[in-house]
Amino acid sequence: MSARDFQVIPRLGPEGEALDGEQLEISMGPQHPSTHGVFRMDLLLDGERVTRLKPVFGYLHRNHEKIGESTTYLGSMPYTDRLDYFCSLTNNWAYALTVEKLAGIQVPERAEYLRVITAELTRLQNHLSLAGFLLQDMGASGTPLMYAFREREKILDLFESLTGARMMCNYMRFGGCRCDLPAGWLEQARAVVGEFPRFLDEFQALLDENEILMSRTQGVGVLSAALAVNAGVTGPMLRASGVNYDIRKVDRYGIYDRFEFRVPLGDHGDVYDRYLVRVLEMRESLKILEPALRDLPAGPVLDPKTKLRGFRPKPGEAYGRIESPKGELGFFLISDGSPNPYRYRVRPPSFINLTILEDLCLGRQVADVVVILGSVDIVLGEVDR
Amino acid sequence: MESLEQIKHRIEGAVAGARVEIITNPGPAGQHSLLLDHAHALRVATFLREGSGLRLDYASNVTGVDWPETVLKEKRKVKQTIEGVEREIEETIERTRPGFLEVVYHLYSMELKQGPVVLRLRTGDRAASARVPSLTPVWRGAEFQEREIYDLYGVIFEGHPDLRRILMWEGFEDYPMRKDYAAPVENAAVSIA
Repeated sequence: MSARDFQVIPRLGPEGEALDGEQLEISMGPQHPSTHGVFRMDLLLDGERVTRLKPVFGYLHRNHEKIGESTTYLGSMPYTDRLDYFCSLTNNWAYALTVEKLAGIQVPERAEYLRVITAELTRLQNHLSLAGFLLQDMGASGTPLMYAFREREKILDLFESLTGARMMCNYMRFGGCRCDLPAGWLEQARAVVGEFPRFLDEFQALLDENEILMSRTQGVGVLSAALAVNAGVTGPMLRASGVNYDIRKVDRYGIYDRFEFRVPLGDHGDVYDRYLVRVLEMRESLKILEPALRDLPAGPVLDPKTKLRGFRPKPGEAYGRIESPKGELGFFLISDGSPNPYRYRVRPPSFINLTILEDLCLGRQVADVVVILGSVDIVLGEVDR
Repeated sequence: MESLEQIKHRIEGAVAGARVEIITNPGPAGQHSLLLDHAHALRVATFLREGSGLRLDYASNVTGVDWPETVLKEKRKVKQTIEGVEREIEETIERTRPGFLEVVYHLYSMELKQGPVVLRLRTGDRAASARVPSLTPVWRGAEFQEREIYDLYGVIFEGHPDLRRILMWEGFEDYPMRKDYAAPVENAAVSIA
């Protein structure tokens, strides 16, 4: 909050008459530590109460879509890593899936397993980070975030030994994955997945019934199911409001129909439910990872008929979507038969989940705004594109 | 889920006077779409959201596409009589398609777990005043996405509650996602003398 953004506005009553008190317009961000990047909110406050909130973003805008239209289909793959930079592997998958739809490409079974394994590991580390950051926003300085990052580190090590990079993985290709597993990777992954429940038990024992967490989050930022659906909110935020909609179950893309897992739902749609739904989703991800790591079949990881260079899909269009850790991540591509997509569109989940931020914050205090924004789980690389 | 032809018939039955055209998608994805007319778009959208068996309560993806004026070439075979002999000659016909901007909506049903149904709205031209009706009153999920299309393509959404630029800054004048957008070559601030 910088001093020069302060502006005093005369407060008006319902009839337009001047009241004694004044409303204060403040600009929160773009460098505020709780905004998770360069993100700004224009707040109008009546004392401590929020009477208006307009999110302002675009500070990280580099016109990803225009760049996507001026490069080849394959050329955009590493660039999708930079959308939601916490979850590069699910970004890769959403893009690869859409191009496969556009051109009618098949994916070998082993590659489908590798995609599920890497995507669920991505979900684990995303939800972990979110839980850590949320507690950090509430003032639990350090401890929960460091615990979460300690575990996340093990997953990033797995990504690094498989793809060569911890965050910018650039791993998937149209028709499969870029490379096969290195020696010893499966054992290492099984060990990480095997140890994870013990960590989750500890994490939940510390936090689930923590008095500070409960008093700061329960009943705060309540999102009704009807508004969530109408506003296109997806992912854990939607399910915390009690709407059973998980694209892994609805579309059954890839090989998700082979795994048994449940979809955790919230009862109240408040910040606490959003926290808890994510923690429970981690447990369900483990239920997918264990059989996937056990049953991984042998075979190629890339369809040998796939042409990566000089790739020109026939004219047409396709919309493909997956359940990314933040919600529905979709790509919309139009091909005119040339090597570059005619239209390359990203449907960013955290951008659209921000639509209802004002509705959640109205009437709450400024301190709640921080917690509510934290529970939306935004990444500015994806919001601004 | 019903076929697109059935949905088209139901729309025409439910909303009097609505003109709906099916746009086919030649690619393997086979996601065909419905082109709506401006005057009835809002009522058609409400019908799609409320209609039994459809319940398309969720507007997932909303995006713009720029189609500048192009010359389409069509080849066709014509029979001509040359020197008393009838021959088949291939003839190329050039047709100019005027430019327009297009807005595409991908709709799903969370209630019935079906979709997508693809809607399209087209502007008459690519002028700065190109307009389409906003569908945000039906699906709030379109609010930020329509703002983004306004920002990057310059489509004006009539009936949008808060149509402002969203990614570019206030005062920026061009529309960067249009095909004929030219980025400024030289940045005056960093030019080397």
